[in-house]
Amino acid sequence: MPKYIIRRLIQTIPVLIGVTILVFSLMHLVPGDPAQIVAGEGASEQTVENIRERLGLNEAIPVQYGRFLGNAVQGDLGSSVRSGRPVMDEISSRFWVTVELAFYSTIVAVFLGLIAGIISAVRHYTIADTSIMIVALFGLSMPNFWFGLLLIQWFAIGNWMPESLEFLKMRPSGWGDSWRQIILPVLTLGTGGAAIIARMTRSSMLEVIGQDYIRTARAKGVSERIVTYRHALKNALIPVVTVVGLEFGGFLGGAVLTETIFAINGMGRLTIDAIRTRDFPVVQGTVLVISVIFVLVNLLVDISYRLLNKRIDLN
Amino acid sequence: MSIPVNQEIILEVKNLQTIFKTDTGDVRAVDGVSFKLPKGKTIGIVGESGSGKSITSLSIMRLLASNGKITNGEVLYKGEDLLKLSESQMRKLRGNEISMIFQEPMTSLNPVYTVGQQISEALMLHQNMSKKDAFIRSVELLKLVGIPSPDKRVKNYPFELSGGMRQRVMIAMSLACDPEILIADEPTTALDVTIQAQILELIKELQDRLGMSVIFITHDLGVVAETCDYVAVMYAGQVVEYADIRTLFHEPKLPYTIGLLKSLPRHDIEQDKLQPINGNVPSPHEMPVSCRFSPRCPAATDLCRANMPQLETDENGNQVRCWIYTDEWTGEAEVDIYGEKRIAKSRGAKTILPD
Repeated sequence: MPKYIIRRLIQTIPVLIGVTILVFSLMHLVPGDPAQIVAGEGASEQTVENIRERLGLNEAIPVQYGRFLGNAVQGDLGSSVRSGRPVMDEISSRFWVTVELAFYSTIVAVFLGLIAGIISAVRHYTIADTSIMIVALFGLSMPNFWFGLLLIQWFAIGNWMPESLEFLKMRPSGWGDSWRQIILPVLTLGTGGAAIIARMTRSSMLEVIGQDYIRTARAKGVSERIVTYRHALKNALIPVVTVVGLEFGGFLGGAVLTETIFAINGMGRLTIDAIRTRDFPVVQGTVLVISVIFVLVNLLVDISYRLLNKRIDLN
Repeated sequence: MSIPVNQEIILEVKNLQTIFKTDTGDVRAVDGVSFKLPKGKTIGIVGESGSGKSITSLSIMRLLASNGKITNGEVLYKGEDLLKLSESQMRKLRGNEISMIFQEPMTSLNPVYTVGQQISEALMLHQNMSKKDAFIRSVELLKLVGIPSPDKRVKNYPFELSGGMRQRVMIAMSLACDPEILIADEPTTALDVTIQAQILELIKELQDRLGMSVIFITHDLGVVAETCDYVAVMYAGQVVEYADIRTLFHEPKLPYTIGLLKSLPRHDIEQDKLQPINGNVPSPHEMPVSCRFSPRCPAATDLCRANMPQLETDENGNQVRCWIYTDEWTGEAEVDIYGEKRIAKSRGAKTILPD
């Protein structure tokens, strides 16, 4: 196992190089002169030239890329052209906010998704199954920004909220330590993820429940509960774990809209702001960090396969 | 030789009917199956694919798929009707007093648990054993079914074992709680021939040692000849002939049984060619209301093609579902059974189709 992990970590290097090349090229393919954008509309040619010089934009692109990579492996991602702060500092101040959001959202998604999916599979073709799948379809189809706004309408502004439920009312504000501030964004992200997990769990469980070894378990006289949770679920979890891993990675990198709506200063917003202002070093830095996390999450998912099913040989 | 009068009957199936609800209507997979299983003996249930033999066994265990339903009949185990038990009472019997081995050893074991865990489960459930005791007993059981170095194998996952080994594990699992009845649903079909012989021998030996009664479901008459005391031949969801093993092989009555035996290769007589039974088992959606074998039967008369015969019992206790052996069947007909001229005489239950 340790050998496998080391090999996988080494394999991530080409992936990350690919990611940086891609981001680097994209930034240079974007229309407009970065130095001009940084300098602003009415800046003089001299100012623009100075900025270009300062950012090293005069050099050949491969040289720029090489320097970026060289610094990056030493933990230096450059400085933001906007704030002037080191990109690493910018990221580390936002990073845990996003991790916290992603973590709780994943817990909500897994908890709701698994329960709904199992009920749906066990009560196949009943009203419970149909209702869960309809709700899941809504959850899947509803864009996060829309659902987030609805939640704000209901719980924060208090529209359509009966008086008896007023105590639930909460106020979205800056990021804080109160659960009241985290719950709405977590619900926004988590329910969307739950829908996907529920559908995956259902189809995976249905497939497993039809297997011969489930009949064997029943023939042994074990209760339906044990058949479902001990014999079926563990087998059904493998595709679900894959989805959970992707979801978590997605929450980390793609919580942009949710972070914007709830005014959360996370990685998503940092990235979006940086893209809008052509803050190249920050964009490169955030994309790199998100990619590293994504790759690591995938590695964790692969390792968990082995824990679930010993037949899967990681080597 | 029929079942002796003083022989204890451990399981009796009476007029069992099982239907499956499908999109194209109800399918009667089992339609009036009756047989008796004497204690300590083996009954074979033989039939082609789709004859309802596996569904019969699953009906006895009440393990039908969710669209299957037992609509009629009784399954008397030690005099108690299993079909009237609650689900939790039934669970106490499954894997404990009545256990089952399945056709597909490759897929019948749970891939994510060790064989030891899977054997232990029944022991902990039915015998209230501790995890440790169950583990020790699992090793003993693996040894009993002839698995080499059982103390190591007990920690193996199913994928680490061969097909024959897995079937041995299945057998160990089903024997864990010393069952009264073992239902073996084509236990050797998926195995190669040398392993088949070993598994059959193992079941036979364990039966002698533990005094179980066995229901042996198979389409292989060779297996029946080796293992069974009594045989129920099934066709299209019905028992069509029931006899002790000697009678069935030496004096088969039903044209269908005769056909089955003729299609079996034998090494004791010279055979040019095997005789197939022409045609196919009727589709469950288009079941003839008459004798279900009549469309394929070389001896069928108008009577056979118009009416369903009953399962008649002769003075030896053997049973056959065929018009030829009833008083209604008239005349003396020369029938051509698989290329041989035979005389079927209307002598009621004494009618003989000479071999």
